[in-house]
Amino acid sequence: MNHGELTHVVLNSEEAVRGVSRRAVLTRGLFGALGFYLGHRWFGPGASWAFDPTLPATQPGKAEAVIQIWLWGGPSHLDTFDPKPDAGNDYTGPFTNPIETNVPGIRINELLTELAKVADKYSLIRGMTHGINAHETAAYLMQTGRMPGDRIVAPAVGAVVSYFKGQPPEYESLIPPYIVLTEPQGRFSEAGFLGPRFKPFATGGDPGKTPFTVEGIVAPGMTQSRQQSRRELLTKLDLLRQTVGDHPQLQELKQAEEQAYDLILGSSGKAFEPSEEPKELREKYGTTTFGQSCLVARRLVERGVRYVTINFKGWDTHKEHFQAMRRKLPDLDRGLATLIQDLADRGLLESTLIWCCGEFGRTPKILWESPWNGGRNHYGKAFSVLVAGGGFKGGHVVGATDKTGSEVVERPVYPTDLIGSMYLLLGIDPATTIRHPQGQMVRIVPTPEEGAPSGGLLKEIMTV
Amino acid sequence: MREFESRLVLICLFSLLFPICLVRAEQPANPFDSGRPFTVKNRVDEILAAKWKSLKIQPAQICSDGVFVRRVYLDVIGTLPTPDEARRFIDDTSPDKREQLIEELLNRPEYADYWTMKWGDVLRIKSEFPINLWPNAVQAYNRWLWAALSTNKPYDQFARELLTSSGSNFRVGSVNFYRATQDRSAKGIAQAVALTFMGERAEKWPDERLAGMAAFFAQISFKPTLEWKEEIVTWDPFHATQGNEPPPQEAVFPDGVKISLPPDRDPRQVFADWLISPKNPWFAKNIVNRIWYWLLGRGIIHEPDDIRLDNPAKVPELLSYLESELVQSKWDMKHVYRLILNSNTYQLSCVPRSNHPEAEAYFAYYPLRRLEAEVLIDAICQITGTSEEYWSMVPEPYTVIPQGERAVRLGDASITSTFLEMFGRPPRDNGLESERNNRMMAGQRLHLLNSSHIARKIEQGPGLEWFYTSSGNPRAKVTQLYLTVLSRYPTEREWSVIVQTASAQRSLSRQPATDLVWALINSSEFLYRH
Repeated sequence: MNHGELTHVVLNSEEAVRGVSRRAVLTRGLFGALGFYLGHRWFGPGASWAFDPTLPATQPGKAEAVIQIWLWGGPSHLDTFDPKPDAGNDYTGPFTNPIETNVPGIRINELLTELAKVADKYSLIRGMTHGINAHETAAYLMQTGRMPGDRIVAPAVGAVVSYFKGQPPEYESLIPPYIVLTEPQGRFSEAGFLGPRFKPFATGGDPGKTPFTVEGIVAPGMTQSRQQSRRELLTKLDLLRQTVGDHPQLQELKQAEEQAYDLILGSSGKAFEPSEEPKELREKYGTTTFGQSCLVARRLVERGVRYVTINFKGWDTHKEHFQAMRRKLPDLDRGLATLIQDLADRGLLESTLIWCCGEFGRTPKILWESPWNGGRNHYGKAFSVLVAGGGFKGGHVVGATDKTGSEVVERPVYPTDLIGSMYLLLGIDPATTIRHPQGQMVRIVPTPEEGAPSGGLLKEIMTV
Repeated sequence: MREFESRLVLICLFSLLFPICLVRAEQPANPFDSGRPFTVKNRVDEILAAKWKSLKIQPAQICSDGVFVRRVYLDVIGTLPTPDEARRFIDDTSPDKREQLIEELLNRPEYADYWTMKWGDVLRIKSEFPINLWPNAVQAYNRWLWAALSTNKPYDQFARELLTSSGSNFRVGSVNFYRATQDRSAKGIAQAVALTFMGERAEKWPDERLAGMAAFFAQISFKPTLEWKEEIVTWDPFHATQGNEPPPQEAVFPDGVKISLPPDRDPRQVFADWLISPKNPWFAKNIVNRIWYWLLGRGIIHEPDDIRLDNPAKVPELLSYLESELVQSKWDMKHVYRLILNSNTYQLSCVPRSNHPEAEAYFAYYPLRRLEAEVLIDAICQITGTSEEYWSMVPEPYTVIPQGERAVRLGDASITSTFLEMFGRPPRDNGLESERNNRMMAGQRLHLLNSSHIARKIEQGPGLEWFYTSSGNPRAKVTQLYLTVLSRYPTEREWSVIVQTASAQRSLSRQPATDLVWALINSSEFLYRH
C-alpha cells in the first residue's frame, strides 16, 4: 500500500473497508454530499483515529485557507483601525489626522496609506472585547475562545482547521497544512489536547533574507548533491532498517522520511522561497521580515496550505509607543495591503480568509510621564480586528467604541463570535465537538452556558 | 601547520582501503542477534515459553551484547552508555555480566532521575496550566519523588504517602498529589486516584461508583497561607472545599463494599488501607503491569492504564506471578525490575523469528520504540558534547535552566524547548500514558535530517572534535564512533561502506567525517530502542 492510499478518511465504515479513492471522495464533495475528507500525509497514517466514527462532517466552505496575522503584544486600536482624533492629546496623541479610505466614512490611522486604498476588501471589527489584560491568557482566549482553567487545553484555531480540513484533495505536494512564520507562540501549545500531530510547522529563519533558511528544509551551505549522497550513505548504513524494515515503526519512519525529503530535495520546499517572485512584487510587499512573510503566506496558500500564522512581534509598546508605531505601521501597511490586493488579483481572496489582530488593544489613555514617555498598556475591554476574504464582506465596520475608545458602545464581538464565524465560513459547524483524550466531547466553540459570552456570529459581514 | 596535520589525518582516515587492526570475532547475520536461541532462564520465561509453544510462536534469538548494553541503559536509566562503558561490557567475558550490569544500573543515581521523569508524567507534575502546581511545589514534589525512588521506598508506603500526607505544598512534596489534577473536586480526585493506582479510567464508570469512591476525598481542604501560592493540604471535615453541603458520611470502595466513615479518622487513611492491601485486586496488578509496559513497550493488560473487566490480560499467569512477587518482596519495585530485566524474554532481540500476527503482543521479540523526546535529545547532546536551553515563560520572571542540564531531569512539564515539544513530550495534563507521543512524524524527521539545530551539534559539537581532527588509527576511530553513537562495534560490511564512500569523495574537508556522524545519528538503530 502506498502512503497516498493510507490517507483516506471516508464517510462510513463500509466505505472504509472498500477504500474509496481520493478522487471519488473529492467528486462526491463537489456534488454536495456531506463529503468529509481529511488528508493525513503530513500527519502520518493516523491509524488510531482514521476511522473514528465520532469525527463530524464538514461542508465545503467559502474559505479554503486562512492567513492569521498575529500582532503579538497587542496593537493600539486607537492608533490603527479605530482612530479617535477628537479625544484630546491624552488619548489621541500625535496621530490627529486619520485618513479617508476608499470606502466613504471609514477612516484609519494616517500611516496606513496602502490599507486605505483597499478598504473595500476588508471589514473592521471595532467592537471586539474580552476584558483580559494579560498576554498569555488573552492570547489563548483570542485563539481558542476559551479561558484557561476550564480544565481543557483547547486547540487553537489553526489546529482545529487543520484537524477538520487536512490537506486539500488535489494537494500534490507534502507541505505541512499548518505553518507558522517564523516563530511559534509556544505558551499554551497551539495543538492543545489534539496533540503534537496538529502542532504547526514553524519555519524559523527570516524570509527577509535570501535564501529563506526554513528550519529543516533549507540548510545553508548544503548542496543538493551532498544531500543526495548523505541520503544514500544513510540507506547503506542503516542496518536495522535493512534487517527489520517492514516493522510498522520503521514503515512509519520511512514514510516520514519520504515526506521530509520531498521538502528538502523536491520542489515543495520552493514554496517557502520569496525570491522566486518578481523583484517588483517583493518590494511592494516590503523587504522586511513581515512583508516577505506575507508574500510567503500567499505562496503557501496558493499551494494548498490550509492555515498560515504570521507572528508579527513588537506591538507590546508600554514605552515610547508612538515612536514604535511610526516604525511598525508602514511595515504592516505595505505587507497586509499588498497581500490583500495580490490575493484579489489572483482570484484567491474569495477563498482565503485573513484575520489580523493581537491578543488585545492598548489603553486609550496615554501615559506621558516617565518612564513611559508616551506609552500605552494592555487593554482587553475594547479593540479592533481586521478581517478580509474567505466570505467576509469588505467595506464594513462592525461595532463601535465610545469617544475615547474605552468602551464598546455598539455590537460587542467576543472571541467566540469571531472564531465561530470563521469556522462557519470554512464549512466547519461551530457546534461541532471533538473527542478529548479523556473521553468527553468538547465543542470547538464554547457556549455561553460554558461561560463564554457571545454577541452573535458576524452575520452582518458574512456572505453565507 | 596544524591544519596540514589534520588534513593528513583525514586523508589517512578516509582513503585507507584495508583495515589495519581491531578485527573482531565473526559476527552473526546482523549485529542485533547473538546467535544464541531463547532458553528459559526464570519463571517469566517459563510462563511465556509455554504460551509460545501452545501458539506455535518461535521467539527471537537472545540479543547481542552490543544491543543489550544499549537497551538496558536506555530502559533503566534513560541514558546512552558512554563508548567506554559499552566497550567494557562487550569485552567482558564473565558469564554473569548481564546480571551485574542490571544491578549496577538499578543503583545509579540516573535510575532515580529517569523514573522521576516517568512518574512525573503519571502524577502530572507541572507548574502551570492546566495543573497549576506552581514552581516551588513542583520542586518539593520532585524532591520527594526522587528520594522515594532513589531509596526504593516500598510501593505500599509510596502510595500511602501520596494518598494521606498533610502539610504545605512547598514543604511536604507528596501533598501535591491532590493538587496535581485539572479538577480538584472529590470526583476529579477520585478519578486521578483510580487512574494512578488502579489503572482504571473512572470516567467510564457508572456515576454512582465514582460518587461512592469520591466520598473518601470529600474532606480534603486546601488552605492558602500568607505565602504566595502556598497551600496547606489537610483533612478537615468542617472546612473542606466541596461546596456548602456536609461531606457524605458513607463511602463505597470501588469493589462495591460500603462503609460508613468514622468521624475521627481521615477518610483518605480508610481508603489507603483498603487500596494497599495485598488482597486488593488492582493495586499490585496496576504497578507490575505498568513496569512491564515501561520496560517492554506494551502492557500485559494494554493500554496499561485502561484496566477493566472487558480488557483482559494477554498472559494472566504472568501478571499474577509478578503481583505475587511484588507482594512477597514487601513491595520492592526494584525486585520486579530485576525479574523482568534478567529474563531472557526481556533480552530477546528485536528481529522476529515468527510471523504469527500476535508475536509482538505475546512478547516474542523486543519491540522497537522511538526514543522519548528527553532521552533522544540527551543522547544527541552526550555524543556531541553540547547542551540545550530549557525555559518556561510563565510565571514571570522566566525560568531558565542552567546550561548542561539533561532533559530527563527537568521535572516540570512547563519547562520545555522546541525540540521536546516537537518530539511528543507529554504535556502532563491528564496523566494518561498515551500523552507521550513517540511516533515519528514528518516534521521530526525533517528536523533530525536537516535542521540547523542538529547540524550545529554534529558539525561543531566539542564532543566530536576528536573524530574530526585528532590523529589516530582510522579504523580505531570509526570503531570508537560506533561505540559512541550505536554502543557496538562496526561490522565488516559497515567498515567497507565507510571506506568506499570516503574514497569516492576524495575530499580533504571535514565533510565525509560529518556525513558519517550524521548518518549514524539519523539511523533507525540510533533513533529507536531495539
